[in-house]
Amino acid sequence: MFPEIGHFALILALVVSLCQGSVSFYGAAKQNKDLITLTRPLAHTQSLFVLIAFACLVYSFVSDDFSVLYVANNSQLALPLLFKVSAVWGAHEGSLLLWVLILSTWTTLVCLFSKNLPDIFSSRVIGVLGFLNFGFILFTLFTSNPFERIFPSPLDGNDLNPLLQDIGLAIHPPILYVGYVGFAVAYAFAISAMLSEKLDKNWAKWTRPWTTAAWLFLTIGIALGSWWAYYELGWGGWWFWDPVENASFMPWLIGTALIHSLAVTEKRGVFISWTLLLSVSAFSLSLLGTFLVRSGILISVHAFATDPERGLFILIFLISVIGGALLLYAKKASDLDKKVGFGAVSRETFLLLNNVLLVIATILILLGTLAPLVLEVFNMGKISIGAPWFEIAMLVPMIPLLILVTMGMHSLWIKDSSFNLYKKLRSPLGIATLVGIVIPTVFYGRSGLLLLIGSIISIWIIISSLLSLRSSWKGNQGRFHINRSVAGMSIAHLGLGVFVFGVTIVSSFGVETDRGFSLGDQISVAGYEYKLNSIESVKGPNYEAIEADISVFDGNELISHLKPQKRTYLVQKSPMTEAAILAKWNKDLFVALGDSLGNDSWSIRIQYKPMVRWIWLGCLIMALGGLIAISDKRYRR
Amino acid sequence: MKPRQQRMLAVGLSLSGLIIAAILTFKAFEENMMFFITITDVVENNKAPIDREFRVGGLVVNDSITRETGSLTMSFILTDNRNQLTVNYTGVLPDLFREGQGVVAIGKLNQNVFIADTILAKHDENYMPPEVIDSLKDHVAETKEGY
Repeated sequence: MFPEIGHFALILALVVSLCQGSVSFYGAAKQNKDLITLTRPLAHTQSLFVLIAFACLVYSFVSDDFSVLYVANNSQLALPLLFKVSAVWGAHEGSLLLWVLILSTWTTLVCLFSKNLPDIFSSRVIGVLGFLNFGFILFTLFTSNPFERIFPSPLDGNDLNPLLQDIGLAIHPPILYVGYVGFAVAYAFAISAMLSEKLDKNWAKWTRPWTTAAWLFLTIGIALGSWWAYYELGWGGWWFWDPVENASFMPWLIGTALIHSLAVTEKRGVFISWTLLLSVSAFSLSLLGTFLVRSGILISVHAFATDPERGLFILIFLISVIGGALLLYAKKASDLDKKVGFGAVSRETFLLLNNVLLVIATILILLGTLAPLVLEVFNMGKISIGAPWFEIAMLVPMIPLLILVTMGMHSLWIKDSSFNLYKKLRSPLGIATLVGIVIPTVFYGRSGLLLLIGSIISIWIIISSLLSLRSSWKGNQGRFHINRSVAGMSIAHLGLGVFVFGVTIVSSFGVETDRGFSLGDQISVAGYEYKLNSIESVKGPNYEAIEADISVFDGNELISHLKPQKRTYLVQKSPMTEAAILAKWNKDLFVALGDSLGNDSWSIRIQYKPMVRWIWLGCLIMALGGLIAISDKRYRR
Repeated sequence: MKPRQQRMLAVGLSLSGLIIAAILTFKAFEENMMFFITITDVVENNKAPIDREFRVGGLVVNDSITRETGSLTMSFILTDNRNQLTVNYTGVLPDLFREGQGVVAIGKLNQNVFIADTILAKHDENYMPPEVIDSLKDHVAETKEGY
């Protein structure tokens, strides 16, 4: 019965979301107070129905209702409870429902925290969100209904994909989606702003905390995905330039540009139309990402052509969301910007350059991601663009971007002098140069051009961010006052510095090697000794595994026993590598078990990853900075 | 320098920087473009690029995997149901690599043997690399009895 309740609730949510959209728009157009007051209750009703639908699906999973096709395909009796819940978003249908749930949660939050905004403005925001959710619920119901039944129902399910049976992947999609979908709020604010009679910079202040919130969740979501790929895919890389990863990275880059241009628009009232365009682009790229991942077009252009329903729907949705916004933009926002001047050396200039470089980076990734698709469509051969290209291409915008970070942070609005800026930044740069040369050469014993550039810039960013953080703190007669905007900005940049430092060190000094081990063998990798003691079979709840016991020595001292496994999941019969990792703040020792080479001999992959934790730590610090910036008091007035 | 000249200089410098960056980026793009070539094209039509990595894909032929005991180097035969290609590989194999499974190999051709430096087998029972499906499809008519 619960699947039917869920199905009905979703249909009701569809109807109410349409009402939510049309009532708020009509009310705003006619300036009808009664209709406008109706928008919030409608939005809440819609969210409630979506919540009921989602809860019903969760219940179907937890109660092992295999008469529901989606449950039968993605769960199993012996699956641990946590993974039964996370299996809800383990495949296409459920993850769409999760997307819808998150969009309605954002809508509810906007309803609750927008009461101090002009009624007509907030009404339109809620209306846009209603229409967006209408589109997604329609998509779910007609192409990907998770409540579909099968008869006769199987006795046991097909199990969740073993790769997804992991805590990292249980929480990665929800957080990533919160970020993705959060840009819908920025989009809705931009549409509402363009529809208002008088478009001014107030909108920038209203939309800023929402945009930053979406950005910080996207940051954490991407970091979690990277961390998961690192230890669960078993092969120790942290970023593969896979189209699915790129699909989340592009909105992040544009979202980052948007956060910076919103700062200029709020403070100085310039770049208004550019900021509007970025708001639209950030959400459009989120949708494009969904389209790429969900339509099957990435798996094959032909997969899209043979099962065109889903892809076609998203494509139409994409075109109306982007096209509508751009039309409105062309009509309303093309000649908005007042002539407000700023000097060649000023914070405005640096933020403008930041935006240009981030957009270039996004375009490069878009090019690398779409080029294989385009060539295939025109029958010009099947190609793939490897990670090396992305790594080279990213250097072009990223090195100047990173150099400009410190200058942007420490320059004044409107007009600054280059001498002034030089005076502020020379000692951090001096220290950074010294430390940036010493660390690689002394601690790791090698140097190189890119390595030095990376380590000097990252340390320069870290020092300047700390100085900027210090300046956000003002002591006044024993009472401390913290400017949270400045503090948040500094901490986010500190995180960036930490991230870049981690990337630089791990990509220069990481060691990856595959070796054949026999029982009792001892092998040295990057200064550590690894000894294979035993290989045994072990049993898990829904898998069997072969487990190796490897002792790790630093010199003569035993520092750890690593126990990598090769699992075979019983239902899907698929093997899975579970790497064993010794994680320290300054390095990871990573061991993965390969296949039997016969005669008690095994292939084993051993990796030494210095500073790899700094990559994810940096992302978390960036997100923390975002959180502190949102908590600034001026957003709550 | 007058402000106007300064601005012109700044614009000129950044423009030339941008152009150089664009040229380098596109050159790198061309160098890193990796073609997928079917086994038949490699074996019959000599379409394999020389001195450049490319991708081949197909099914691993049953009983074709050989390795010396204790060695990381192994070899197997890949087929598109029409032609066969011997692949050599040194390293840890992906989890789903096994006989009968569709895989993609990345590497170079050396005297009719494909020297792979990467083997891809996706993590899904039912998954078949798209290139493999396509290259098998080309020959499906001739090999129908085989299925």
